[in-house]
Amino acid sequence: MAGLLNNRAVLSVLFMFPAASILLLFLSYPLALGIWMGFTDARIGRPGIYVGLEQYLSLFDDDVFWLSVFNTLVYTTVATIAKFGLGMWLALLLNHALPFKAMVRAIVLLPYIVPTVLSAIVFWWIYDPQFSIVSWSLVRLGLIDHYIDFLGTPWNARWSVIVANVWRGIPFVAICLLAGLQTIPPSLYEAAALDGANAWQRFRHVTVPMLMPILAVVLTFSVLFTFTDFQLIYAITRGGPLNATHLMATLAFQRAIPGGDLGQGAAISTAMIPFLIAATVFSYYGLQRRKWQQGGADD
Amino acid sequence: MDLTRRDSLKLGAATLAGAATGLGLTLPVSAQEPKLDLKPEEGASLRVLRPAKFVAGDEKLWLENTEKYTKQTGVKVKVESQAWEDLRPKAAVAANVGKGPDIVYGWYDDAHQYPDKLVDLSDLGGYLDKKYEGWYDVCKKFGMRDGKWIAIPLGAAGARIVYRTSLLKEAGFDAWPKDLDGMLKATTALAAKGKPGGLALGNAVGDGNTWCHWLVWSHGGRMVDEKDQVVINSPETIAALEYAKELYKSFVPGTLSWLDPSNNKAFLDGQLSWTINGISIYYTAKNSTDAKIKAMADDISHAILPIGPVGRPTEVHLTVPAMVFAYTEYPNAAKDYIRFMLEREQYVPWQEASIGYFSQPLRAYEKSPVWTSDPKHTPYRDLMANMLWPGYAGSLGYASAGVIADFVMVNMVAQAASGAKSPKDAAAEAQKRAERYYKL
Repeated sequence: MAGLLNNRAVLSVLFMFPAASILLLFLSYPLALGIWMGFTDARIGRPGIYVGLEQYLSLFDDDVFWLSVFNTLVYTTVATIAKFGLGMWLALLLNHALPFKAMVRAIVLLPYIVPTVLSAIVFWWIYDPQFSIVSWSLVRLGLIDHYIDFLGTPWNARWSVIVANVWRGIPFVAICLLAGLQTIPPSLYEAAALDGANAWQRFRHVTVPMLMPILAVVLTFSVLFTFTDFQLIYAITRGGPLNATHLMATLAFQRAIPGGDLGQGAAISTAMIPFLIAATVFSYYGLQRRKWQQGGADD
Repeated sequence: MDLTRRDSLKLGAATLAGAATGLGLTLPVSAQEPKLDLKPEEGASLRVLRPAKFVAGDEKLWLENTEKYTKQTGVKVKVESQAWEDLRPKAAVAANVGKGPDIVYGWYDDAHQYPDKLVDLSDLGGYLDKKYEGWYDVCKKFGMRDGKWIAIPLGAAGARIVYRTSLLKEAGFDAWPKDLDGMLKATTALAAKGKPGGLALGNAVGDGNTWCHWLVWSHGGRMVDEKDQVVINSPETIAALEYAKELYKSFVPGTLSWLDPSNNKAFLDGQLSWTINGISIYYTAKNSTDAKIKAMADDISHAILPIGPVGRPTEVHLTVPAMVFAYTEYPNAAKDYIRFMLEREQYVPWQEASIGYFSQPLRAYEKSPVWTSDPKHTPYRDLMANMLWPGYAGSLGYASAGVIADFVMVNMVAQAASGAKSPKDAAAEAQKRAERYYKL
């Protein structure tokens, strides 16, 4: 027994067992089950039989599904770009010496701390066609003469939910990038300054390359979170108006649970995987090219 | 303690039952009274899931009745109120995994999604049918499958035209018109006076489905025919959509994004002259502590949904079926609890407390005092007598539930009403979407 416990191979298996079993049980198994269900006609209360690609062929011919793919891509792209632009800006501001630095940093995190569904309900009120505080204020100020229909037309609704997502996502990006900024040695900036670099050049040639590894990780996570968003949409629009804000995740839920069609819901969820892998591969490998980080050119 | 009480109760019940059997021959009246002998199992306890209250009185009386049941039988009952949208998934998951609550008060055609996971309730269905002057026809559609009762309808939370009497008068109408042409004239006149109404056109599970189905059916449009063939793309549907387009012009802005609570909020804020809703708006106004809202209660009237070209009522209301899952250890106790809640002694006070938010599934309760104690309640009385079912005129099952959950009807009406698509194109798209479900 003691001999076995001194064996490095046995020990490593033993130590990995708890983590591996948690991953297998709670991550791999549900994922595999979901993928499998996409190939069946499972319904709630009925296990379903293997139907091959039938669910996918049916989705291929489904305009609402393609609309949800379009919505998801717009939502993810626009929201991620906005979150990174604004998050980077906020991180740079927070990296400077600020009065009440600790407090300001804590406040910035607030949108991220509030439970999503709570902030979603707040946005639902902000965007309400009859009770919107924004419309009310603008009308009172005499800037507009009727309430804005934030959620009533497809594009208005898309922009509105994107804004809500950006508001919620900025703190995560800002705080992660701030952590990255603080790891950059000041000596690099000093050296650059001695070489006569201006502020933009210091940002472009020192900050950005040094930040790239953490940027890649944060971007990956942010894209994943945005692409799979559910709560904001479900609480604010339920996918309406006219399915203009249905994301793949909300459509999968609508079909699988209230609609009872588990197979179809699973197929929609599985259809998200290639997009997610592509986004991960791009942000992880595309932004982590070592040479580029070290100031070299691409091969 | 429990055991002793239960034993003594059982003894009492047995004595009574024995006496009744013994006296049956000599007392014909007592013999005619239908009997159902459901002895709860020894040590039984129940977990019950039901929809969260929309009017406060509903839940209060429900819990009081439950307590009464526990006192009378010794069966402990845990009632859990669920958010409306969580109820269907939770019931479905319970059916799927074979574990969870013993009884679920779910929605519409839930029972037809997993009929083989449910306890046969035929004895209970037959008993209530005999005792309370019969089920409305639609209840059999919801509750029965292949000649067996698989769910017992508790009632339906229905919708009526809810309008401001004074505003309608100002627009030149004494009462809400009974036909669709008259309704359009009234809503147009109200809007012209700056008093618009509004109906939900967003993905609103209750309100959206209720009024969109009513309107399309009232013109003779149907999602499917009796053989489950999709027939929504029809001249009748297109006529209904043309009507929706006209009606939409009298709506307050923003209804395309409305969810279920939106019209309640806007109405109680005085922004709407009319909408289609349950009795909850009136209930809230009547019980409000805000003097302004309370005063509005006097000005609120209700009217039945106008009849369209088909010449008969074409309504659908949120029906609540009670289901007992086959995995329960206490099927008798579960059945008995459902029976108890539908018996006159419990059901009538419960309806009273919720001022008729739920309309009855059994004809005898048409005489419940709640329907006449305030004339404003009366229009909600005959909901189940007048209603059809989701997926009319076809069968209940996976396809009908899928089409409802995917908002095919609501989306079609919203597209046509708002002008996002022509009525013809909207109907064609709905046809294509519905066929995907009915093909499977």
